[in-house]
Amino acid sequence: MSIKTTQAPGKADHLEGAPENQAETWYRGMKRIRVFEETVLENFPRGIFFGTTHTYIGQEANAVGILSQLTPPDVVFSNHRCHGHFLAYGGSMHALFAELMGRATGVCGGRGGSQHLHWRNFYSNGIQGGIVPTATGMALAEKFRQTGAATVVFLGDGTLGEGVVYEALNMASLWQAPILFVLENNRIAQTTPINLAVAGSLTGRFSAFNIPVIELDSSDVQEIHPVAQTLLGEIRHGNGPQALVLHTCRFGPHSKGDDTRRSEELEQLRRTRDPVLIHAPRLDPERRAAIDAEVAQEVAGAFTRALADPYPNPLDEART
Amino acid sequence: MTTVLASLNQALHRCLAENDLVFLLGEDVLDPYGGAFKVSRGLSSQYPGRVLTTPISEAGIVGVAAGMALRGMRPVVEIMFGDFLTLAADQIINHLAKYRWMYNEQVRVPVIIRTPMGGRRGYGPTHSQTLEKHFLGAPGLQVLAPTTAGNPGALLSSAILDAEDPTLFIENKLQYLEPVLDGENRGEFEIQELGETFSYRLTVNGAPPAVLTLAAYGYMADLARKAMLSLAYEDEIFTELVIPTRLAPLEISPILDSARKTGQLLVIEEGALTLGWGAEVLARLAETDRLHLRNCRRLAGKDTPIPASGPLEDATLPGVTDIQDTVRKMLQP
Repeated sequence: MSIKTTQAPGKADHLEGAPENQAETWYRGMKRIRVFEETVLENFPRGIFFGTTHTYIGQEANAVGILSQLTPPDVVFSNHRCHGHFLAYGGSMHALFAELMGRATGVCGGRGGSQHLHWRNFYSNGIQGGIVPTATGMALAEKFRQTGAATVVFLGDGTLGEGVVYEALNMASLWQAPILFVLENNRIAQTTPINLAVAGSLTGRFSAFNIPVIELDSSDVQEIHPVAQTLLGEIRHGNGPQALVLHTCRFGPHSKGDDTRRSEELEQLRRTRDPVLIHAPRLDPERRAAIDAEVAQEVAGAFTRALADPYPNPLDEART
Repeated sequence: MTTVLASLNQALHRCLAENDLVFLLGEDVLDPYGGAFKVSRGLSSQYPGRVLTTPISEAGIVGVAAGMALRGMRPVVEIMFGDFLTLAADQIINHLAKYRWMYNEQVRVPVIIRTPMGGRRGYGPTHSQTLEKHFLGAPGLQVLAPTTAGNPGALLSSAILDAEDPTLFIENKLQYLEPVLDGENRGEFEIQELGETFSYRLTVNGAPPAVLTLAAYGYMADLARKAMLSLAYEDEIFTELVIPTRLAPLEISPILDSARKTGQLLVIEEGALTLGWGAEVLARLAETDRLHLRNCRRLAGKDTPIPASGPLEDATLPGVTDIQDTVRKMLQP
């Protein structure tokens, strides 16, 4: 597949010389998520983050491939594993670090923490499945108000155990909500492999409600992007809800230190399904090294800045 | 004479007429049926496209309404029986009531969830309950209950058109047929609206100062005022009744002020006794400095499921006679 060389808005100043092409933009997007998440995991033992975290390492191509093509009015609802979606949507890395560190400058002023983010039209919540009817209602509101916006909601394979998901699929189909259901099947829910928790067909869960579904087993952003483009196009043409089942791989633990998979299995996944490694050879090596250096600098800068930020004042809280 | 049912139905008509962003979602709400208790009658004919009959998916429709509200609309959800609120409990507690606060005040979630509670119709254990106590402690959630002493429709329409927070609007199956006590229907009662507290004080016309305060909301307040009249005429026991219409956040001052005056308080609710609204009211009073009540009691539903059989159900839920008996006992020297 040839790569279009469209310039990403606001990204040209990152590199000397020629403007960033799409391959480079995708690479940067995935690399930002990767290094951010690795920084979170590395630094968690220092006790600087509150609560827990659910990292997106291994799934970066999904967020970047889908969300890089949204328009400003579009709406995104994410789940507990939301950092990658948030960064790919365009959320501030500094504000995300600060939120995880419970600082006043965090995305939600430290109230929400890792799983509860809202910025512009991006939302996340930590209750499995419960976000799906909310996202459906958002899509319906955009439809009734004729804004032309598409809504994207992210589910995981584990979420398929929650009944409210099917209530939402039913209503989305009945009322032709302009929504894209993205099922990121990383084949493991916390520690439970999919064969112990999900019976029957993944795609059949959508087609049973007459929601068109495309299935893709890929960690390649270059393959995910056009499929998402097709589905978003259907939604924008008023053809109702669509679904994308993405078979993907989570390299990290569910949260931290709770991975029960064999290390050989994980090494195998990292060798064959790493979205960053798959995509990297498409870039000019020098440009890639420059992006790597810039991302490292960006993440380190955001981290250091957030760490120096103040905590919210409980006295202010009491007054609200 | 306007019934509570008509007052609420007219309010819904008004809200849909006034604001295009008001939508109604619920099971079996389309005409000619107009909802199981007819509160939504006529709406789908007048506002087609904005009244959505839904699948039997209480959690789903409350969640859909949350999404609509987050994106600028003002949805109203009808839950056919209050008992079914438990199906939507996750949506209410972990989603609707959380968003505004956990997103650091960046959003508002003006969803109104209307639902009828209450027994005395023989519907049995799963269609007769008064379950709002389970939602009263959820931060971020407003809980309203209309009273015949006020204006049920105005309470509903102000919530639909102006509320910033998700609101449970607790109706009652038997209260629907009660007349609203406006001008000509007030009969022997004097009704005072207590400022900004969402509360009302009821006394019997021309009665001497009250010796005991009754506190009740919703249909229980209608039963309480019937007991008040009998107590006044048969026993010459004069009471005053405080009726809050906003249960959460709780504004204790109207009950506190009355109890301070009378020195005795009976809190009455239809829901099961333990850890209910009355428990919180009495706890607040117990924590009030220099308030020395001579006597305070709760009267509530029994801590058992609600039976279908009439005589058994009557014995489970507090009625007019129970209120009278309890007051008489409290006043025995």
